[in-house]
Amino acid sequence: MIEWLSQPWPWYVSGPLIGLMVPLLLFLGNKQFGISSSLRHLCAISLPHKPEYLRYNWREYSWNLALVLGVIVGALLAVILLKGNQTPDISLKTKEMLLNWNITDIKGLSPISVFGLDQIVHLKNLILIIGGGFLVGFGTRYAGGCTSGHAIMGLSLLNFGSLVAVIGFFIGGLLMSHIILPMILGL
Amino acid sequence: MKLTKFFIMGLFFGIVLTKAEVVSWFRIQEMFHFQSIHMFGIIGSAIAVGILTTTIIRVFKLKTIKGETIKLEGKPFNKVGNLVGGSIFGLGWAMTGACPGPLYALLGAGYYSFFFAILSAMFGVWVYALLKPKLPH
Repeated sequence: MIEWLSQPWPWYVSGPLIGLMVPLLLFLGNKQFGISSSLRHLCAISLPHKPEYLRYNWREYSWNLALVLGVIVGALLAVILLKGNQTPDISLKTKEMLLNWNITDIKGLSPISVFGLDQIVHLKNLILIIGGGFLVGFGTRYAGGCTSGHAIMGLSLLNFGSLVAVIGFFIGGLLMSHIILPMILGL
Repeated sequence: MKLTKFFIMGLFFGIVLTKAEVVSWFRIQEMFHFQSIHMFGIIGSAIAVGILTTTIIRVFKLKTIKGETIKLEGKPFNKVGNLVGGSIFGLGWAMTGACPGPLYALLGAGYYSFFFAILSAMFGVWVYALLKPKLPH
């Protein structure tokens, strides 16, 4: 069993399993699937000076923080028990593109030359980690959701606003991955 | 305890995100360059399961395990917020290779620099909270 689960999971297995989060959360807790609001709750818990957007009873949303804690531990279990840090079998074209970007360590889930803790001292990596994190946090709250909340939950409900948000996700992502990211990596 | 079931669902989600390689920066770049079906297959089939199951819930008026009516109304449409906010998020997604779920998963998977990405994301939320009254939505 463990042996079998330790192999890479194909998309047609993983995708439906992710989709199952939608009915599971609805049946077990009447909750709509979403992860990014946890960032808001963490701010509401930890910040002393709070603008109106962060003044609410975050305890009502502790389920969301329990979910997030589970995600962290789940990933740890995946790595320890199920060989979760295997290198994805990305396409040849992507490998060539990454080599053009001077990413030579195509190993594990993400490049250590960029995301290794000791690599954070390099300006370009700092921009990607700190700048990228900032845009993720700001953007999801401005858009009212992330890939879970809008792309999976919202589109499952055929919600028009979620469709617009997902189009936005790809406008930003394409612009970054095709034009800006190669420039940052060239620094 | 009430929160335990959500923690267990999180465990499940964290394992799937990692084994599905959704948390991989390599996979995200591959997706934005349309060089593989992998990520599109995952997102597409997840949505298909979501549409199917929510439709079943709607048609058969299914209840939660506690017998409550299931809430299925979507989020309100924000013309500017959805598009502009979404695009800003997309920029960050392609930079870090991680949306919020994977931010946490990568931390658990041992990519500790994502702790700083999460702190920075919280800072982003705080800046949004400050600017919210002035931003068009």
